[in-house]
Amino acid sequence: MDHLRLRPCGPRAVLAEVADSAAARSLAAYARAARVRADEVVPGAQTVLFDGVPDLDDLAGLVAGWTPDAEPEPGPLVEIPVVYDGADLDDVAERWGTDADGVVARHGAVEFVSSFCGFAPGFAYLAGLPPDHAVPRLATPRDRVPAGSVGLAGTWCGVYPSASPGGWRLLGHTDVPLWDPDRSEPALLAPGTRVRFVAT
Amino acid sequence: MSLHVASAGALTTVQDRGRRGLAHLGVPRAGPLDRPAAELANRLVGNGPDSALLEVTWGGLDVTADAGLWVAVTGAPVPVDVDGTERGRDRAEWLPAGATLRLGPPPVGVRSYLAVAGGLDVRPVLGSRSTDTLAWVGPPQVRDGAVLPTGAPAGPPAPLDTPRPPTPGPLRVTPGPRADWFTPGALDRLCATAYAVGAASNRVGLRLEGEPVERVRHEELPSEGMVLGAVQVPPDGQPVVLLADHPPTGGYPVLAVVHPDDLWQCAQLRPGEQLRFIRGV
Repeated sequence: MDHLRLRPCGPRAVLAEVADSAAARSLAAYARAARVRADEVVPGAQTVLFDGVPDLDDLAGLVAGWTPDAEPEPGPLVEIPVVYDGADLDDVAERWGTDADGVVARHGAVEFVSSFCGFAPGFAYLAGLPPDHAVPRLATPRDRVPAGSVGLAGTWCGVYPSASPGGWRLLGHTDVPLWDPDRSEPALLAPGTRVRFVAT
Repeated sequence: MSLHVASAGALTTVQDRGRRGLAHLGVPRAGPLDRPAAELANRLVGNGPDSALLEVTWGGLDVTADAGLWVAVTGAPVPVDVDGTERGRDRAEWLPAGATLRLGPPPVGVRSYLAVAGGLDVRPVLGSRSTDTLAWVGPPQVRDGAVLPTGAPAGPPAPLDTPRPPTPGPLRVTPGPRADWFTPGALDRLCATAYAVGAASNRVGLRLEGEPVERVRHEELPSEGMVLGAVQVPPDGQPVVLLADHPPTGGYPVLAVVHPDDLWQCAQLRPGEQLRFIRGV
């Protein structure tokens, strides 16, 4: 099948490759709704990893029932207030052929969706920026990016849940806690969550 | 009841079976690196497999208990004594109230496990008492002076004939999800030479040094989910075997996957020691 390729991952896992992050989100949602037998269902940029799978044949049968046009249920919408004071705001403005206000307007106009988490607990890769707005990562990552920093890399947008080194271009910051292990839903931006940024 | 840590050694962490079902939020699973050794320690003191114990790196642990309890030390064969009197490994030993249990440096291997009857009853985080050293989810690293509460013993200690951990050998590998990103025969060449364990190896990954693995595709891999035991190849061609605290997603292609039953050996290999891979099924 063209829309789905299963790649081997050892005796207890399989990596399902699909066309893009929307398809990965759709497949992950489909598999969870079908009560897939797997410890972990991990969407990626163009893949879904099924790990801790007791029966790989059974899993292959289940994912074969998925079609790429299966629209997942829209996730909850989260609004994130942002102070647009990032160190790379002017740099991004230049790349986008606009000024700082233009960046704020364009960034705020996009409804992003959390495709997958990685890099750090609760760090969501947010899809939605048009391809012609992609920006390269910094050639040299910063040693320390503060928690709450809102940044771009490629067409991804992300918010740092905790302070860490990082190479994303920073637009601003938010005080919203992205990650709290004591909450019943520890990650604010779990895969599937829709996100809007609101200038404050 | 509690365990008082006088000296925590180089790196001591609390571990149970690890966190499951949270990889999609970016949370590593953690858990003991030498799983058979940790399971043995728990069985020896009569604990269930979910009990939390200590993973001790390079020995150097001194603890006392405020009430007598059964303990067991497994994994890297550290010298064990109680108030200066030698005690055995891989068996239950009685630690009297107030006595000091000491784990010396291991002559071979890296990680030892100390289980106490009833397990360590530290506060779970996201359903697990394991400490993940990548993002530091879970209980804090055990430091000098730490006081760790212990649970109520579930049953008597086990007899001495509990099965021992498996014997070492080449790590069995099967082709990984991105084997086609490498030159034909790359997996056979991985298995044909020995790799040395790098000094930067830790609970996140075993970093290997040896013949570089050559890629045929050089573009950036879009981030994808990673499994425990994935043999990931960064641009320098030096493979890394992902271990318990690995990031749940990564951007380097995976050539091969180590069989889960062989991964315990990665816990005990020292920097400079060699390992080999072998094609498995």
